[in-house]
Amino acid sequence: MLGLVVPAILSGLTTGAVYALVALGLTLIYGVLHIINFAHGSLLMAALYVALVLNMRLGLDPYVALPIVVAVFFCAGYLLQRFVVDTFSHGRDANILLVTLALSIIIDNGALYLFTSNTRTVDVPYAFDMIEVGPAFIPLPKVVAFVAALVIAGLLWLVMRHTRLGAAIRAVAIEKRGAELMGIDVKHTYAMCFGIGTACVAAAACLLLPTFYVTPQVGYAFVLVAFTTVVLGGMGSLGGALVAGLLLGVVEALCGLFLGETLGQIGIFAAFILTLLFRPAGLFAPKVA
Amino acid sequence: MKRFGPGESVAAILLALAALSPFVLPSQAWIGFAVNAVLISVLAIAWNVTGGFCGQMSFGHAALYGTGAYAAAMLQIRLGLNPYLAAASGVAAGAAMGGLIGALAFRYGLRGSYFALVTLAFAEVLRILASSFEITGAGSGLTLPFKPGLADLQFPDRYAAYLFVLALCIAALAVSAAVKGSRLGSNMIAVRENEEAAGAIGIDAFRVKVIAMTISGAIAGAAGVAYLQIQLFVDAPIAYGSLISVEALLGPIIGGAGTLLGPIIGTIVLHIVGEVVKNGVGGAPGLNLVFYGIVLLLILRFLPNGLMGLAGRLRRPAPAAAAARTAEAR
Amino acid sequence: MLTASGVTKRFGGLVAVNDASLHVKEGSIVALIGPNGAGKTTMFALVAGFLKPNAGTVTFRGTRLDGMAPHRICRLGLTRTFQIVQPFAGLSVRENIACGAHLHHAGRKDALARAAEIAAQVGMERMLDQPAQDLTVAGRKRLELARALATEPKLLLLDEVMAGLIPSEVAQIIPTIRRIRDSGVTILLIEHVMQAVMSLSEEAYVLNQGRIIAHGTPQALVRDPTVIEAYLGHGAAERLHASEAGAALHA
Ligand SMILES: Nc1ncnc2c1ncn2[C@@H]1O[C@H](COP(=O)(O)OP(=O)(O)OP(=O)(O)O)[C@@H](O)[C@H]1O
Ligand SMILES: [Mg+2]
Repeated sequence: MLGLVVPAILSGLTTGAVYALVALGLTLIYGVLHIINFAHGSLLMAALYVALVLNMRLGLDPYVALPIVVAVFFCAGYLLQRFVVDTFSHGRDANILLVTLALSIIIDNGALYLFTSNTRTVDVPYAFDMIEVGPAFIPLPKVVAFVAALVIAGLLWLVMRHTRLGAAIRAVAIEKRGAELMGIDVKHTYAMCFGIGTACVAAAACLLLPTFYVTPQVGYAFVLVAFTTVVLGGMGSLGGALVAGLLLGVVEALCGLFLGETLGQIGIFAAFILTLLFRPAGLFAPKVA
Repeated sequence: MKRFGPGESVAAILLALAALSPFVLPSQAWIGFAVNAVLISVLAIAWNVTGGFCGQMSFGHAALYGTGAYAAAMLQIRLGLNPYLAAASGVAAGAAMGGLIGALAFRYGLRGSYFALVTLAFAEVLRILASSFEITGAGSGLTLPFKPGLADLQFPDRYAAYLFVLALCIAALAVSAAVKGSRLGSNMIAVRENEEAAGAIGIDAFRVKVIAMTISGAIAGAAGVAYLQIQLFVDAPIAYGSLISVEALLGPIIGGAGTLLGPIIGTIVLHIVGEVVKNGVGGAPGLNLVFYGIVLLLILRFLPNGLMGLAGRLRRPAPAAAAARTAEAR
Repeated sequence: MLTASGVTKRFGGLVAVNDASLHVKEGSIVALIGPNGAGKTTMFALVAGFLKPNAGTVTFRGTRLDGMAPHRICRLGLTRTFQIVQPFAGLSVRENIACGAHLHHAGRKDALARAAEIAAQVGMERMLDQPAQDLTVAGRKRLELARALATEPKLLLLDEVMAGLIPSEVAQIIPTIRRIRDSGVTILLIEHVMQAVMSLSEEAYVLNQGRIIAHGTPQALVRDPTVIEAYLGHGAAERLHASEAGAALHA
C-alpha cells in the first residue's frame, strides 16, 4: 500500500505546485481587485496554445518559450484590465465578474473555432525521462515544473515585499482610497496585478505543456481547481495559495488512487464547498467572527 | 398606480409576435430554433428570480436544471413512474436542490463572488457525480423510450413541442410576475438593494433568499424536465454543463436583470445573433458563442440595465448611471 | 418600554460602549447625545440587533432583545434608521416605503396605498414617484424616516435624521417628529442639533467615550459641567463660566 501512496503523494506535490502557480495569479488579482477573474483558466488555455504554436511553428522548446510567453501574457493581462475589464464594467463588482465571464466565453470558444476541439500535445525528447525521488520515479518535466513553480512563487514574494510596486499593490489591496490619496495610480496598480497574475498562468502553461495536453476546455478544469486553491488558502493570500495548491495536488492524487480518476476530482470540489461554507476566509485564516 | 410603460408594451408586443412566428414561418429549422430559445427563456426566467429580483448572482443554475431533468428521467426509467408524476417530481427536485444550495450558501453568509463560486462548484460536483454512477447512466446518459403521445408527455412533432415549451414559458412568466408583484417580491428587491436596511425593516433576508432559490429551482427544474421530454435524453455535460449555467444568466443580463420580460428578450436576441453568426460562417463550432461573449461585453459597456433599460428610457429620462448609485450608497 | 442595562461593546481593544444603561418610557421622546465617536450609533446597533453586546441586556416590552436578529426585533415593533442613509437606490420613493409597509400589509395594493399615506405624514407626497437615488440629502433623510415608520413601530430609533439639513429643513422636520410621537410612537433619537433636542425631548442621555455620563432634561444637561467638558474638553466649563462672568462684568 505504502508503495503506492508515497509516489502518489510525490506526484501530487508536483501537480500541486502548478496548481499553486495558477492560483497565485488568481489570488493576487482577488486580493487587490476583490473580484474573481473567471477568465483566468481561459488565459491559461490560451497560453498553452501559444506555447504549442511556438513549438510547432518555430520548434521552440516550451521551457525556452517561457520568458517570451510570460512577457506577452503580462502585457496582455495589463491591457485587458486597463482597457476591457475596467472600462466595460464601469468599475462595478458584479459587472467585473460578468466581464471576466464574457472574456472567458470569448477566449474559450475562439480557441475552439481556431484549433477545433482536438486534443494536442507537444513532442519533447525529455518527456519520458524519469528521476528517482526516494521510492518513486517522477517524470523529469514534473520535477522541473515543481522546482520552477516554487522559484516563481519565491520571486513573486520578493516583488511583493521588496519593491515599490509590491508596496503599492499591498497598499491598494488594503485601502484603495487611501492609496489613491497617497499618489498611487490605482488603475495602473490594478492593471499591473492583472498583468502579473496573467504572467503566472503563462508560466504555468509552459511548465505544464511537456506533460499535459491542450484542448479549448482545458482551462475550465484548471480554473475550478484554482478557485478551490484560492478559497482554501484564504482569498488574497499568496502563502496560503502556495500551501493550498500543494495540498490539493496531494488530495487529488490520493482521491484518484482510492476512488478512481473522475471521482478523484470530487475530493477537490468537496474540499471547495466545505471550505466555502465553513471557513470562507480560508483554512489558515483565524476563525472569522 | 403604475401600469406598463411604453417600453414594456413594445417589448410585450414584439415577444407576442415572436411567439407566433413559428406558426407563420413553418420551417422545421425555425421551429427547432424556437423550441430551444423558448426553453432557455424558461431557464432565464428562473435565474432572474434569484439573480434579478433578489440580487444573488448564480453561476451554477445547471445544478437546478440538471437535477430536474435527471430526477424526471431516473424516476421514469428506474421506477417506471408515470411521466406526469415524474415531471412534477423533477420540478420538486429542482426546487429542493435550489433550496438546499441556497440554505447552505446563505446560512454561511456567502455573497457576491463567493456565491457565484459555490453555485458553480455545486453544478460541477453534480456533473461529475452524474457522469460517474450507473444509476444516472454514467458517461452515456439516460434515454427515454420513444412513446409519442400526450399520455407519455412526449411530442409527435416539433409543433407540439413548441406549444409545450411556449405554455411552460408563459406559466413561468406568470409565476415570475406573481412573485414580483407580491410582498415576497418586494422583500427580494429590498434584499437585493440593501440587505442591512432590509433587516432593519423586518425582512428576514436569509429566508427570502432561500425562497428565491427554491422558486428559481422549481422553474429551472421545469426547464430541465421539458428538455428531457422533448429530446428524450440527458447526459451530464448537457444537463450539468457550464454552458447551461452561462446561458441561464446571459439572457437576463442582456435583456435586463430584475425586469419581467428582459430574460426572454435577452435570450431571444442572443439566440438570434448566435443563429445569424452560425449561418454566416457555415456552422463552425464556437463562433456563435464568441458572439454571445461579445454581446455580453457590449451590453455591460453600453446598456448596464440591459435591453429593457433601453426600453425604460422611453418612459423617463435616462436614470443616473447605476454605478453612481452604488457608489453613493456606501 | 425599552431598558438597556450594563451594555458593553468592544471592537478589539476599543470599548465603544461601556456599561451603558438607559430607559425609555412609552410615549416619550428621549434623546441620546454625545460628542463624535461617543458610541451612540453603536448603542443603536446593539439595541436593534445589528451588533451583539459583549455584556449587558436589552429588554423591550418584557422581551430580551440582545442576540436577536434585526428583522425579529423589528417585528416586535422596534425599528431603527441609519445615520448613513441606506435607501433602496434603484426604487422609487413609493416603492421604498412600501417595502417597509409590507411588514404588516401582505397585499401589494395595500402596501402601496399605505406608503402614500406615510409619505404624506413626512411631507414627501410630491416625491412619491421619484427614484430614491435622485433625492436630496433632506429627501433621503425623510425617506429613511418614512420607511422605518412604515413598519408601524412602537419604538422608533432615529440616528441623526437632521444631520446635514439646513435650518429651514430642520424646522420642518421637528413638527413631523412630534406628530409621529403624538400618533403613538415612542422615539429615541440621536441628535447633534441641540436646538432640536431641546425642543423635542423631555429627557436626554449623554454618552461620552462609551459611558453614560449624565441623564436629565436637556435644559439641565446643557448647563451640566460634566457634559460641557465632554463636548469641549477639560477645563472648558470653567473657562466658559469665567467668560460668562467676564461678559457680565463688562455689561
Ligand atoms: N464596526 C466597527 N469596528 C470597529 N470600530 C468601530 C465600529 N463601529 C464603530 N467603531 C468605533 O466605535 C466608536 C464609536 O462609534 P459610533 O459610530 O458609535 O459613534 P457615534 O457616537 O455614533 O459618533 P458620531 O456622532 O460621529 O456618529 C468610534 O471610535 C468608532 O470608530
Ligand atoms: Mg453615529
